[in-house]
Amino acid sequence: MAEVTGTTWTVYDANTLTQAEIYGQVLCDLGTIYPKIVGLSADLAKSTKIGLFGDKFPERFFNVGIAEQNMFGIAAGLAKSGLIPFVSTMAAFTTMRSAEQVRTDICYQKLNVKIIATHAGTSFGAAGTTHHCTEDIAITRSFANMTVIVPADGIETANAVKACVDYPGPVYIRIGRGFEPPFYKDENYGFKIGKACEVCPGTDITLICCGITVLQAAEAAKILQREDGLSVRVLNMHTIKPIDEGAILKAVKETRRIITFEDHNIHGGLGSAVADVIAASGKGCAFEKVGIPDCYAEVGYPEDLYSHYKLDTNGIIEKVRQVMGKEFEEDESWEDEV
Amino acid sequence: MPLSEQDLQDLKEKAWQIRRDIIDTTVWAGGAHIGGALSMVEIMTILYFKYLNIDPNRPDWEDRDRVVLSKGHGGVGYAPVLANRGYFEKNELKEFNHFKSPFGMHLDGNKVKGVDVSTGSLGHGLSIAVGLALGARVQQKTWKTYCILGDGECNEGSVWEAAMAAAHFKVTNLTTFVDRNKLMIDGPTEKVMALEPFADKWKAFGWIVRECDGHSFEELSAAIDYAQAEKNAPVVIIAHTVKGKGVDFMENEVKWHYGSIDSVLADRARKSVDAMYGK
Ligand SMILES: Cc1ncc(C[n+]2csc(CCOP(=O)(O)OP(=O)(O)O)c2C)c(N)n1
Ligand SMILES: [Mg+2]
Repeated sequence: MAEVTGTTWTVYDANTLTQAEIYGQVLCDLGTIYPKIVGLSADLAKSTKIGLFGDKFPERFFNVGIAEQNMFGIAAGLAKSGLIPFVSTMAAFTTMRSAEQVRTDICYQKLNVKIIATHAGTSFGAAGTTHHCTEDIAITRSFANMTVIVPADGIETANAVKACVDYPGPVYIRIGRGFEPPFYKDENYGFKIGKACEVCPGTDITLICCGITVLQAAEAAKILQREDGLSVRVLNMHTIKPIDEGAILKAVKETRRIITFEDHNIHGGLGSAVADVIAASGKGCAFEKVGIPDCYAEVGYPEDLYSHYKLDTNGIIEKVRQVMGKEFEEDESWEDEV
Repeated sequence: MPLSEQDLQDLKEKAWQIRRDIIDTTVWAGGAHIGGALSMVEIMTILYFKYLNIDPNRPDWEDRDRVVLSKGHGGVGYAPVLANRGYFEKNELKEFNHFKSPFGMHLDGNKVKGVDVSTGSLGHGLSIAVGLALGARVQQKTWKTYCILGDGECNEGSVWEAAMAAAHFKVTNLTTFVDRNKLMIDGPTEKVMALEPFADKWKAFGWIVRECDGHSFEELSAAIDYAQAEKNAPVVIIAHTVKGKGVDFMENEVKWHYGSIDSVLADRARKSVDAMYGK
């Protein structure tokens, strides 16, 4: 296989288990504890790893073929009958193909369906636009009753999958394709749905991240400390909805500069969720959203795309230096301009 | 269009070249949907080298025939066909899957010359093809539309919505194929989500069904001629194929839906394809 190159890591650095593989194993364990868990996939049992659950509990697993809308409808019915369906296909076919089933059949009825969507963002970069999904956070965030979680790595995926079982209502957990390097060493760092994790303390600027950008920002923070003497706070905002307003407001107050980083369109995702909180607070703050800049992403291996869209360590450093160089508080001519 | 002895020889030579190019492109790409690319080689070859009224120098020519590869993951099988037909240099395929390449796994109509529609999300293509065919009819154009579906793809409800519409609107300027290789990702079609009685389903939706050996140019040609002569109802050609056709260790193997091949496997694959053509 051709070596996959990128500026900050290669696939060979990644742990032996992907986010999806960890998910599959955790779900197998949960299946033993919770007899009400059932699984569904749409000819992607192998790729999404929910197939591990299917192998262990064949009578509680339904592969519906390539028919995603049908799958989410069936999941709604199973949930209405009292079961807890875990549903897995790619993010694109979950949130776009089946958007209405997820919204009306599942979210509107507040059904206990747990969706673990794989290949999100540009993690399946070489597959092109039909398989990229840089819209899913925006879409799921706009569905009332939905909880939206973007784990930083495989370990956090394990935490999120475990936590969602007893968390009432529909939950959307967004993971990648499998090359994501691990960030956390173990599961004991206090994961709680709706509560951001401060992964680096800092007072000059706050980087609010989710998914693959958490590790990259933490690396960037170390380098910026060393080379620029900057104290960079990094927040792992794994839950996009309900968002941790307290952590955002604290960052506004204490660092006055915020940048968000996400493998998603800059519209409607993490950045927008954070911006909503800042705007509503009425407090001033230098702010920038970094992500896919409202375009359909290029084709390429994810490493190259993350580098191109400034979501890797180097890109994050560059963005921080730009925002640190911006004058914003002293801008007194602002009133004349409006 | 009955095939002459010469046609047959030329088509076989092309199919051999395309199979070799699929193997090369899979190596360059680092991984590709090679199984379903190899099963549709004869369908794509006979279309591009016998039937289609197209001009590679004018990919946007408005009277060209249109092709919708609804099983868009067949991109690694489609791009070599377009290269061999003269839409671009074969060399360009070395960039397949790479950063900023026009060639991703699923061919993008905005980026790749000769591709009419971006596909990859299964179950969209037949609707688009019906729209194209109706568009030709409304504008009194004589160009034809061709659509190629995967068999697993026919699980999608949208395929049947399009099928219903094609029959209802009597769309007969459309030639539809199903690459019936009997495999999808998670296993055989009949095990994952049974399609049979498949021909009966199409008939019940108002279509005329023609089944053939999807690797025989003579049978494909007869089926296409039959489909295009039919003016009362749309015709679907269920082309019975072998997933991975031509590469012995991939044939009928579900795991070769998508895969990577190193230089050793690529050599074995080339030898196998050469043997298929007595080379
Ligand atoms: C809507 C949608 N769901 C799932 C997929 C993922 N996927 C890609 S290929 C494939 C299997 C296709 O099987 P089939 O149609 O039989 O194609 P072939 O055997 O010719 O490769 C699946 C499920 C997709 N591309 N689109
Ligand atoms: Mg098939």
